[in-house]
Amino acid sequence: MAFEGLADRLQHTFQKIKGKGKVTEADVKEMTREVRLALLEADVNFKVVKDFIKRVKERAVDQEVMASLTPGQQVIKVVKEELTDLMGGEQSKIAVANRPPTVIMMVGLQGAGKTTTTGKLANHLRKKHNRNPLLVAADVYRPAAINQLETLGNQLDMPVFSKGTEASPVDIANEAIAHAKDNHNDYVIIDTAGRLHVDEHLMDELKQIRTNVQPDEIFLVVDAMTGQDAVNVAESFNDQLDVTGVVLTKLDGDTRGGAALSIKAVTDKPIKFAGMGEKLDQLEPFHPDRMASRILGMGDVLSLIEKAQNEVDEDQAKQLEQKMRDASFTLDDFLDQMGQVRNMGPLDELLGMIPGADKMKGLKNVQVDEKQLNHVEAIIKSMTKQEREDPGIINASRKKRIAKGSGRNVSEVNRLLKQFTDMKKMMKQMTNQKGKKGKGGFGGFKLPF
Amino acid sequence: MSFLKKLKEKITKKEEKEQVMTVETNDEVSDAEVEQDQAKERESIADKFISGLSKTRDSFAEKLNDLVAQYRTVDEDFFEELEEILITADVGVNTVMELIDELKMEVKRRNIKDSSEMKEVISEKLVEIYYGDDTEEMEELQLAEEGLSVILIVGVNGVGKTTTIGKLAKRLKDQGKNVVLAAGDTFRAGAIDQLEVWGERVNASVIKHSEGSDPAAVIYDAIQSAKSKGADVLLCDTAGRLQNKVNLMNELAKVKRIIEREVPGAPHETLLVLDATTGQNALSQAKTFSQSTDVSGIVLTKLDGTAKGGIVMAIRNEMDIPVKFVGLGEKVTDLQSFDAHAFVYGLFANMLEETEQ
Ligand SMILES: Nc1nc2c(ncn2[C@@H]2O[C@H](COP(=O)(O)OP(=O)(O)OP(=O)(O)O)[C@@H](O)[C@H]2O)c(=O)[nH]1
Ligand SMILES: [Mg+2]
Repeated sequence: MAFEGLADRLQHTFQKIKGKGKVTEADVKEMTREVRLALLEADVNFKVVKDFIKRVKERAVDQEVMASLTPGQQVIKVVKEELTDLMGGEQSKIAVANRPPTVIMMVGLQGAGKTTTTGKLANHLRKKHNRNPLLVAADVYRPAAINQLETLGNQLDMPVFSKGTEASPVDIANEAIAHAKDNHNDYVIIDTAGRLHVDEHLMDELKQIRTNVQPDEIFLVVDAMTGQDAVNVAESFNDQLDVTGVVLTKLDGDTRGGAALSIKAVTDKPIKFAGMGEKLDQLEPFHPDRMASRILGMGDVLSLIEKAQNEVDEDQAKQLEQKMRDASFTLDDFLDQMGQVRNMGPLDELLGMIPGADKMKGLKNVQVDEKQLNHVEAIIKSMTKQEREDPGIINASRKKRIAKGSGRNVSEVNRLLKQFTDMKKMMKQMTNQKGKKGKGGFGGFKLPF
Repeated sequence: MSFLKKLKEKITKKEEKEQVMTVETNDEVSDAEVEQDQAKERESIADKFISGLSKTRDSFAEKLNDLVAQYRTVDEDFFEELEEILITADVGVNTVMELIDELKMEVKRRNIKDSSEMKEVISEKLVEIYYGDDTEEMEELQLAEEGLSVILIVGVNGVGKTTTIGKLAKRLKDQGKNVVLAAGDTFRAGAIDQLEVWGERVNASVIKHSEGSDPAAVIYDAIQSAKSKGADVLLCDTAGRLQNKVNLMNELAKVKRIIEREVPGAPHETLLVLDATTGQNALSQAKTFSQSTDVSGIVLTKLDGTAKGGIVMAIRNEMDIPVKFVGLGEKVTDLQSFDAHAFVYGLFANMLEETEQ
C-alpha cells in the first residue's frame, strides 16, 4: 500500500520522543532530522521539506510546548498538524457546468496514465453521478492512443469521439463539444497526448484547446511514483494552464507517495482522485485528511497491539473467556468490553491501524459513528442490574422506561437487545467449535456498528 | 547558494566561449546583453544536457573540476549545497548521505582545506559509486554469437517499454540485424496496435495474439516464428505491472521460463525500463523485477524532460545492474548508449537551470 513506508518511518520517529517528560532542543533537532529524512526518502520535494522542517522547529521549541506536561506528545502534535496542513483538507468535488456539457481536459507527462484515467473517470461519472459522458481522443501522437481509448469506450459501452491522427487536437476538441451537445452528453472528457512541460510547442497546443473549449476542469494526471521533479512538472503545467485539480495514479503500488504532499504544497491545487489499479472501476475520490491521518497514526499494527495490551486486563480477559464459554456473558460485560476498546482510541482510527482493513470486505467504507456507541452505552446504563444480567426479563414496559431514561427510542432498544442475543449465539458457536479456543479479549466481538 | 552561483558563472563562461556569437566577456556588458546572454545560456544548458550525454569524459571532468574550484573553502555550507543538489536529482537520501560522509572522510584524510582539491574527490567518488568494481566501460547489448538472441523488456506501467522496443529495433536493424517483435502485452487496451505501429515504422514483423490471451503463449509462438524466419533478434514486449503485484510478477517469471526453455542461453538481455522522473520507488522496482526476471540492464527513459534520473546512482550503489541505454525523446532515433560521466555531469547541470528560475 502506498504511503506505508512513510507512515512506518514517522511512527518510529514519534515513538522515540513520545513519552519524554522533558524535551530539549537537541531532542527536537534529532526528531526533525529524522522526519526530514523520512520525508525525503518518500520523495517529498526538497524545498517543501525544508520549509516544513523550519515551521515544525519554530513551533516545537516554543515555550508552551516545552513547558507542557507532555512535551513529547506536544511536539508530535505539531508535526501532525503541519503535515495535515500540507496535504490539504477535505475531499474536493468535481465541477458541474451551469449549462451542459461539463468539459474536462486531461493533461500530463507521457506515461502518467491519462487515457486509462479518462476511462475510469467516465465510468465514475456514470456510476456515481448518473452522467452520460463523451470520451474524446485528442492524442494524435502516440501510436495507437486512439485505439486505446476506443477500446476503453467499447468496454464501457460509451461513445468515443475521434477523427483519426490527421486532424489537429484543437479541431478535434472543438468538434467534440458540438457533438456532445447534439447527442446530449452532459460531460466531455478530452484525453490529450502526454507531453513534457518544457515542450513549448505542445504546451501551446494545450493552451489553444483550453481557450477554445473553456474547460470546467483541467486535471493534471501525475504518477504517484514521481520523484523530486513532480513539483517542477506540476508548477509548470499549473502556470501555463491553471489546472483545477490533480489525479494521482498508480497509488496501488508501494510508493511512499511524496508527490502527493509536494504538489499540494506547491500548486495549492487539490488532489481530486486517486487511481488504485488498472481496472476501470479503480478510481477513488481522494480524501487528503484521511490520507494524512493514515500516514500519521495508522496502518500501525504494533501500536494497536500495544494499545490492546494497555487497556485489556489479562485476568479480566480470562474471566471473559469463561463467560463466553458458558454463555453467562451479560450486558454489563458487554459495556466493559466496549469501554476497553474505546479507551484505545477512536474506532475508525483503530480500523485504520489494521493494514488492509480498508480493503476488507465489510470493513470497506465503514463509517464508525461514535455517537451511536454513546447511544448504546446510554441504553445499557438505563437498565437495572437485574435487566443487564438477564435481558430476557425486559418486556414492553421496561423497554419504554429504558428508552425514556436513555433518551433513545424503543426501536433502538430493541435493536440493541437483538444484537446482543445474536452475539451470544455467535459466541456459543465459536466456543463450541472443537479445537478452536475462544481468544478472549475483544478479539471475538462483533461491535455494534 | 554561492556554491551553485559560482558553478553557474563558471559554466556560463564556458558556454559563451563555445558559442559562435560570443559576446565579449568584459566587465562592461549592458543589462540587456546580460539578459540576452542568460536566455541563450539557459537554452544552451538545456541543449548541453542532451548533447552532454554523449560528451566525452574529459569535458565532464573538466566541468566538474571548474565547478568545485569556484568554491573556496570546504565547509558545512559547501556540503549542504552538494547534498541539496544530489537529493534534488533523486539520488536518494541514503546514497547521498553515504557519499557526503565519504567525502568528509576524504577531506579529513587528505587534510583538504582548499576546495580546489575537492574536484578530484567528488568526481572520483561519483564515478566510483556508479562503476563500483566494474571496469569503466560502456555496456553494450549482449547478443548471441550465433542464432537467435532474445531480449525481454520489463517495467512498471507507462515507463516507455513499447517505445524503447521500437527504438531498439531500429538500432538493431541499422546494424543489419533481422528483428522480430513479440506483442507480449495482451492486457492494456491498444497495446498490440501500438507495437504494430512501431513494427511498421521500423519494418519489423510483429507476432501477436488477440487482446486478453496468455502472454506466455504469444512469446512461445514468437520464438518459433523468429526461429523459422532465421531472425537475429527477438524483442519481447510485456505489459506494464507494478512490482508489488505478486501474481503479475509470477506471470512475468513464467514468460521468462518459456524463453529459457525454448532458446538455450536466452534471454540474452532482460532490460528493465525505468522512467527518469521516478523517485525512490525505482529502487524497489529494480529489486523486485530482478528477483523475478534477473534483470541484466536498465534503460533510463524520458531524460529529455527536466528530471535527472539520479535514482540510477542509488540503484548502482546497491545493485549491480548497468544502465545500457537512455531515452531522450519519442522519436525512433531518440535512444543513446549510456555514458556515466556525462550522466554524472548532468546531475549538476540541470540543477543550475532550476535555481535560476
Ligand atoms: N519524452 C519522452 N517520452 C517517452 C520516452 N520514451 C517513451 N516515451 C513516451 O511515454 C509514453 C509511454 O510509453 P510506452 O512506450 O507506451 O510505455 P510502456 O511502458 O510500454 O507503457 P505500458 O505498456 O502502458 O505499460 C508514450 O507517450 C511515449 O511516447 C522518452 O525517452 N522521452
Ligand atoms: Mg507498452
